[in-house]
Amino acid sequence: MTGNRVSYTLESTLASVNSAEETATRFAARSGFDEDEVMRISMAVREAMVNAVLHGNAYDPAKKVFLVFERTPGSLVITITDQGKGLDPSKIADPLAPENLLKQSGRGIFLIRSFMDDVQIRPLPSGTEMKLTKHVHGSSVDKQKEASQ
Amino acid sequence: MSMKANTRQVDGVTIVDLSGRITLGEGSVILRDTVRDLVGKGNKKILINLGEVNYIDSSGIGELVSAFTSVRNQGGELKLLKLTKKVHDLLQITKLYTVFDVKDDEAAAVKAFK
Repeated sequence: MTGNRVSYTLESTLASVNSAEETATRFAARSGFDEDEVMRISMAVREAMVNAVLHGNAYDPAKKVFLVFERTPGSLVITITDQGKGLDPSKIADPLAPENLLKQSGRGIFLIRSFMDDVQIRPLPSGTEMKLTKHVHGSSVDKQKEASQ
Repeated sequence: MSMKANTRQVDGVTIVDLSGRITLGEGSVILRDTVRDLVGKGNKKILINLGEVNYIDSSGIGELVSAFTSVRNQGGELKLLKLTKKVHDLLQITKLYTVFDVKDDEAAAVKAFK
């Protein structure tokens, strides 16, 4: 799996969200993560895709979402890029604050940050790039690597 | 698996049995429409059974919160029943576990309504 990289160009639809989630589940499982970690990774990808499709591209059929899975020796890195109006990370409200606790929305990025080891949100000239990283801790992949050394 | 919702009455409490996934799109819409319909018909004691809900995303969590506040704003009560581990964990990390009244036993939950 070392150096494995797969990229997709997706329509701004709910079907793309579901498809990306399913792909993330398969990719994370193949990367050696356990069942709970696979669920967290696939949910983080789902939330990032919802953000890109709904809040970024606003379901605009002319705009695409670019999804990249990359398996490095120690991590799984997933990059989701939209072509929307851009997201300012400093303006993301804390959903745990008492005044926000009963709001209907605003938990997606919080969940992504809770489930991944590192989350980088980068505003682009047209759109937003979200890079999600999950480190492999004692996975079967690492064990295979150790065994081969 | 898409979501299904069935409602039944037990001792004046409306129990909504949900199964499947509560996610952006169909699942969230079914939950929203079901609760809106119940509130519109004057049901003020609503117990949402999540025992067969194996997945919920932030949109689904938002719909639960919205259902909770809309029932409360009408002078009613909404409680949750039988959380799966995944849903329980999500409500814990979003600090909503303490907002909702969560029950494990249906009979006890029905009795807990005022």
